[in-house]
Amino acid sequence: MSAHHPPLAELYPHRHLLGIEGLQPNEIVALLDQAEAAVEISRQVEKKKAVLRGRTQINLFFEASTRTQSSFEIAGKRLGADVMNMSVASSSVKKGETLVDTAATLNAMHPDIIVVRHHAAGAVHLLAQKVGCSVVNAGDGAHEHPTQALLDALTIRRHKGGIAGLTVAICGDILHSRVARSNIILLNALGARVRVVAPSTLLPNGIAQMGVEVFQDMRKGLAGADIVMMLRLQRERMQGAFIPSVREYFRYYGLDRDKLAAAAADALVMHPGPMNRGVEIDPEIADGPQSLIREQVEMGVAVRMAVLEALAAHLPNK
Amino acid sequence: MANPQSPILLTNARVIDPASGLDAPGSVLIENGRITAAGPAAQNQGAPEGTEVIDVAGAVVAPGLVDMGVTVGEPGAEHRETLASASQAAAAGGVTTIVTSPDTDPVIDDPALVDFVLRRARDTACVNVHPFAALTKGLSGEEMSEIGLLQEAGAVAFSNGHRSVTHAGIMRRLMTYARDFGALVVHHTEDPALAGAGVVNESLSASWKGLPASPREAEIIMVERDLRLAALTRGRYHAQSVSCSESTKAIARAKADGLDVTCGITVNHLTLNENDIGPYRTFFKMSPPLRSEDERQAMIAALADGTIDVIVSGHDPQDVETKRHPFAEAADGAIGLETLLAAGLRLVHSGEIGLATLLAAMTCNPARRLGLEAGRLAAGAPADVVVFDPDRPWVLDKTRLKSRSKNTPFEDARFSGEVLHTIVAGKIVTP
Repeated sequence: MSAHHPPLAELYPHRHLLGIEGLQPNEIVALLDQAEAAVEISRQVEKKKAVLRGRTQINLFFEASTRTQSSFEIAGKRLGADVMNMSVASSSVKKGETLVDTAATLNAMHPDIIVVRHHAAGAVHLLAQKVGCSVVNAGDGAHEHPTQALLDALTIRRHKGGIAGLTVAICGDILHSRVARSNIILLNALGARVRVVAPSTLLPNGIAQMGVEVFQDMRKGLAGADIVMMLRLQRERMQGAFIPSVREYFRYYGLDRDKLAAAAADALVMHPGPMNRGVEIDPEIADGPQSLIREQVEMGVAVRMAVLEALAAHLPNK
Repeated sequence: MANPQSPILLTNARVIDPASGLDAPGSVLIENGRITAAGPAAQNQGAPEGTEVIDVAGAVVAPGLVDMGVTVGEPGAEHRETLASASQAAAAGGVTTIVTSPDTDPVIDDPALVDFVLRRARDTACVNVHPFAALTKGLSGEEMSEIGLLQEAGAVAFSNGHRSVTHAGIMRRLMTYARDFGALVVHHTEDPALAGAGVVNESLSASWKGLPASPREAEIIMVERDLRLAALTRGRYHAQSVSCSESTKAIARAKADGLDVTCGITVNHLTLNENDIGPYRTFFKMSPPLRSEDERQAMIAALADGTIDVIVSGHDPQDVETKRHPFAEAADGAIGLETLLAAGLRLVHSGEIGLATLLAAMTCNPARRLGLEAGRLAAGAPADVVVFDPDRPWVLDKTRLKSRSKNTPFEDARFSGEVLHTIVAGKIVTP
């Protein structure tokens, strides 16, 4: 298929992937198309490509993450890279080194791609300014998580044939969610109608101007929706601070059969994981026929392969 | 189970319904627990077979009072007041609906406890009882309570009892979250850090008495903060008991700005001032403290111009053990259900307030704010009615009080205006 298309370097003309913001719709589509090919590779017995052979990929995770980190690790290895995982516990950050010092140290090791997860919004941008290699944002604070939005879009596209015209309801802790921000930008760019559903305490200021319709009542927010995207509620938000209790949250904002019935009959349910069963989602729904949650994980590897391959096209060859 | 009662016709009455502006000679007909006709239109229209006709001889017939400032001791301090005894005190004072504070033991912060209060009230009380639920768990001011579930259980609004939520960030989230549920936040406005150990209004007389005093700013700052947060969150807000002119000025501005805010005052702060404390009389110790005469006058003006929406009794039963202490160590609070109307009528007799304004602040205004059906005499409304003679003199004899606690600031007071009958859901509950 690539034979009929311009090279990936032209379709995705960026050195980094720092966010969905700033990407053109055709660039997003190019990554999704590339990811389709990666899905095929991942389903073969022989899963290796040589695109990143000889390249060094560092997964720099300042925040613990099993699924995103392993997904990037597998993606890099399938493309032939040498992948090193560096987590905060074993890093010198604990010894007081600043983020910029860490960047300089890593830079001296000549990595080709650094994948960064950080608890502070903007940290990945700062790091990208200080290193010479390509940088992928694997989540920075409550700002962006671009590969999650891409994998969500890929999953939706494979089931619904496209994104444009779909009604997507993003439900739960929008305020603290980087997944929500990346998805709002991406889904709007590809022509979906985006809704958010949450108690007002879990909505950021100015949400109505962020390209979404806002609902506090979940049944109204889900009415006729094609996609119901649930967000994880962080433990520390549960008790009394932003919502009164788990049981009240589940009553009004947990996705159960009753609330899901308000959505379109063929609505699909998504969750970026890890799930709190019985908090934001009823196990019956999470494991039910409308759930795409496990498929999202598979698409995660494919999307990350596509992103790494797109960045590889911009790596210097000498 | 529906209890078929014979219809009641109150004739020869001065019928006052503040909600509709009615104040005219007439009758009120009550059937099956509802008002079927009220005012001149109901006069000489006859009545169904078996109707009990009561000639009230020119007395006022008005909606039963709605008191949204009542503390009871049930559960946890039944020796001070039960729902039953509070309801009897209410009935004696012409109050047909009481709204109870959540600061009991345990605090009403769980749907099962709302249910408990409602069931106890159904089984033991002779007036309508609606609970406030706690705004924060345990009234700690830290964790928000289950506003949605508590509202479904029957809480009419959310209050932090006699404690203020001092953390502005938490208050913001409470007002924001409550707004999603259309829930009203009712707040006691006194900054505990600024009030400090103060037990009376900060003034010259407090200084001469040597009592630790609380400045008016302890209230004003909290009211102003809350109004800013109401503007930020667009939440529904009610200041439970204000006492300072700067507070009511701020509320008037907020109302003019279109915010969904209201405020109340206790009848004590309308009719008493700091000088009434006299020689350290602890029955006059309350929160907010009684203020200066200037402030009292300003409160009457704010009631007259509609800035103050609601008058409450501030009923807070305290037993001898909590009041028989040196002033600074005694508990706050005064009972007031039985004297709410009579004390309020003092303002009418002195010409400071019209009777309709007074009654509106005790009937339709609180009912409307809380979304209750009560507080009006319209056909179809619940037959909660008070019949009172506004001029009949009486002297308060504290041994005859129905309340289990006797901490009234009106001991031996002479009043003009006495309740003749209180009717709840079409049933005469007093005398």
